[in-house]
Amino acid sequence: MKNIIVCIKQVPDTDKVQINRETNTLIREGVPSIINPFDENALEAALQLKEKFGARVIVVSMGPPQVKDALRQAVAMGADEVVLASDRSFAGADTWATSYTLAQAIKEIENYDLIICGKQAIDGDTAQVGPGIAEFLDIPQITFAQEIGYEENRLKVKRVIENGYEEIETELPAVVTVTKEINEPRYPSLKGKMKAKSAEITVWDTEDLEADENKTGLNGSPTKVVKIFTPPVKASNEIFTGDPSETAAKLAGKLKELKI
Amino acid sequence: MDYQLTEEQIMIRDLARQISEEKVKPVRSELDEKGNFPWEIMKLFSEADLCGLYIPEQYGGFGGGGLEFCLATEEISRVCGGVGVTFAASALGSYPILLFGNEEQKKQYLPDIAAGTKLAAFGLTEADAGSDASAMKTRAVLDGNHYILNGTKQWITNGGEAEIYTVIAMTNPEKGSRGATAFIVEKGTPGFSFGKKEDKMGIRASATRELIFEDCRIPKENVLGRTGLGFIVALKTLDSTRPGIAAQALGIAQGALDESIEYARTRIQFGKPIITFQSLQHMLADMAIQVEAARSFIYSVARAIDSGNIKDYSKVSAMIKTFASDMAMKVTTDAVQILAGYGYMKEYPVEKMMRDAKITQIYEGTNQIQRNVIASGLIKEAASKKR
Ligand SMILES: Cc1cc2nc3c(=O)[nH]c(=O)nc-3n(C[C@H](O)[C@H](O)[C@@H](O)COP(=O)(O)OP(=O)(O)OC[C@H]3O[C@@H](n4cnc5c(N)ncnc54)[C@H](O)[C@@H]3O)c2cc1C
Ligand SMILES: Cc1cc2nc3c(=O)[nH]c(=O)nc-3n(C[C@H](O)[C@H](O)[C@H](O)COP(=O)(O)OP(=O)(O)OC[C@H]3O[C@@H](n4cnc5c(N)ncnc54)[C@H](O)[C@@H]3O)c2cc1C
Repeated sequence: MKNIIVCIKQVPDTDKVQINRETNTLIREGVPSIINPFDENALEAALQLKEKFGARVIVVSMGPPQVKDALRQAVAMGADEVVLASDRSFAGADTWATSYTLAQAIKEIENYDLIICGKQAIDGDTAQVGPGIAEFLDIPQITFAQEIGYEENRLKVKRVIENGYEEIETELPAVVTVTKEINEPRYPSLKGKMKAKSAEITVWDTEDLEADENKTGLNGSPTKVVKIFTPPVKASNEIFTGDPSETAAKLAGKLKELKI
Repeated sequence: MDYQLTEEQIMIRDLARQISEEKVKPVRSELDEKGNFPWEIMKLFSEADLCGLYIPEQYGGFGGGGLEFCLATEEISRVCGGVGVTFAASALGSYPILLFGNEEQKKQYLPDIAAGTKLAAFGLTEADAGSDASAMKTRAVLDGNHYILNGTKQWITNGGEAEIYTVIAMTNPEKGSRGATAFIVEKGTPGFSFGKKEDKMGIRASATRELIFEDCRIPKENVLGRTGLGFIVALKTLDSTRPGIAAQALGIAQGALDESIEYARTRIQFGKPIITFQSLQHMLADMAIQVEAARSFIYSVARAIDSGNIKDYSKVSAMIKTFASDMAMKVTTDAVQILAGYGYMKEYPVEKMMRDAKITQIYEGTNQIQRNVIASGLIKEAASKKR
């Protein structure tokens, strides 16, 4: 393979997220950022393909300048090159505008064979960006991969479905999105960390991407998140009292009654 | 405390800490119980480039020194002393090559050790030759282009698991302490086998085994330094690696202190957290003083050795090993006292830390032997001042 492109999104660390009630957007200040966990699996999958078949691994992200931290971490794990698509006008993108922008960035990188994304981002959670990129590039897509094989210029992917998996083959280039099961992401190495310190991070704006301003950012987003809320917890519980054997019997009886 | 570590040293420390917290902590009690060798963890250290910290870049290492090695050993031992010594013993096995090997030997053996694809081990001790290494019975007899090795080494850390062994044997018993020679022996050499794996009190994740040599033929090129230099190789090696054992002890003690503070904040007796009792506060304060004193002592000695400005560092390396290991025994014992009944149970990690700490007072020279070394250093210094 020649080039494998990995899309990574920087996301707020899971449990530490808060939402601004007025704008219904995430309050990102003060929340530590991490690479979307599925995207670490995507990068690991790319690095393993590189080790087996030889390739350059290029990591692409769209986001504000602080995403450079995530990209440096990708270098520390072994990415050969990193690209940040960043422009004030990209802000507020929905999945359509995000996919468009990333597809434009990918078009700038020539000779790609494979694009690997995470299954979904742990904040937005839509799982639409990978498939969106495939549509904009007009290439095949395979989602929810748990294994990626490569033989005679064809990709053989095991795709997770309920109660099993399906095996899908495709020609390249293609987009694959990966699940957690596919691998265990490696630790950054010391040499990688040293390299990351001084790594060159290419930044592309609207002009570099030859992107249409009406298709990026808030401007180019057909959808808008109207409201985000935490549903009220409807806790109905029953507390059994008595000695252990008594309470256990009561609990078992209740579980039976509820047909659990 | 700010020890003015470089950016690289902080990277090493943080990486070793992250892997230990995330991958060693969840399995340490199982490793301890079953005595399984931590291969999966060693592979992670290897992939993270932590195995060659003290090996020069030209041989595939990171090009750091003793301080870098101590920082990693400390962090690993903070979580598990058994994994810590497994990591450290590979350095014990490779320092003879680093210090006394010729260019060819270094090129042949160090890159694999640095990459972590092969572990090393060091064989000096025998059943009847512990503190008194000169009583060793393992013989190496020259036969053409080979030495023929016969004898048994005992309690060799990483025995059976390592690929590269540096072994001390007598080549000329009549010459006494000038009659020993150091050899490199590779696993798989005909006539080289392993005895039983020891069932130990602590550091149970580490492998401790006999090395058995029965007419084992070793090429002459595998002599380290030259014949007759065996005990010098051993002593110089131990001078360089004792800071690693000091760092292991320091890590174990820090781990026990961390657990003690956490527990004391949450354990309620007499209606309040036990950390509010002044007698426990003072115990914790004393533990913290000891741990920090050991850390500054170890780091400054490691730095001094790395600077290359001191030639004879037997005394200071014996001092930090003794100080840190005695400290670790005291601090881990106090940790068990603070956790009391819970501390005595295997469900909590401090009883293991106490068992792990004990070995640091024994191996790489008992603390009695260390004190002998320190005293003889003092006597030498006093004598040289007299004139
Ligand atoms: C709580 C919340 C709800 C949202 N709901 C919607 C919604 O319903 N519809 C909508 O259109 N938008 C929605 N958004 C906006 C959406 O998160 C982002 O606009 C979009 O950029 C990414 O979508 P996602 O996070 O769902 O990513 P997903 O589509 O879940 O991400 C899949 C993969 O795409 C890649 N990827 C995603 N974003 C990037 C990026 N910026 N750079 C590089 N690679 C990337 C990664 O590999 C990732 O693993 C929501 C955002 C939040 C915070
Ligand atoms: C888990 C483990 C791992 C080990 N790993 C290795 C290894 O990788 N390679 C290796 O070569 N060896 C290894 N050893 C051996 C270790 O270095 C020896 O156990 C140690 O040097 C002490 O020897 P000994 O146990 O025979 O004690 P002895 O020498 O029999 O000592 C018994 C007691 O007498 C004291 N004593 C002895 N001589 C004197 C003296 N002159 N003055 C005052 N007190 C004295 C000692 O301090 C001790 O208290 C290991 C040992 C253990 C237990």
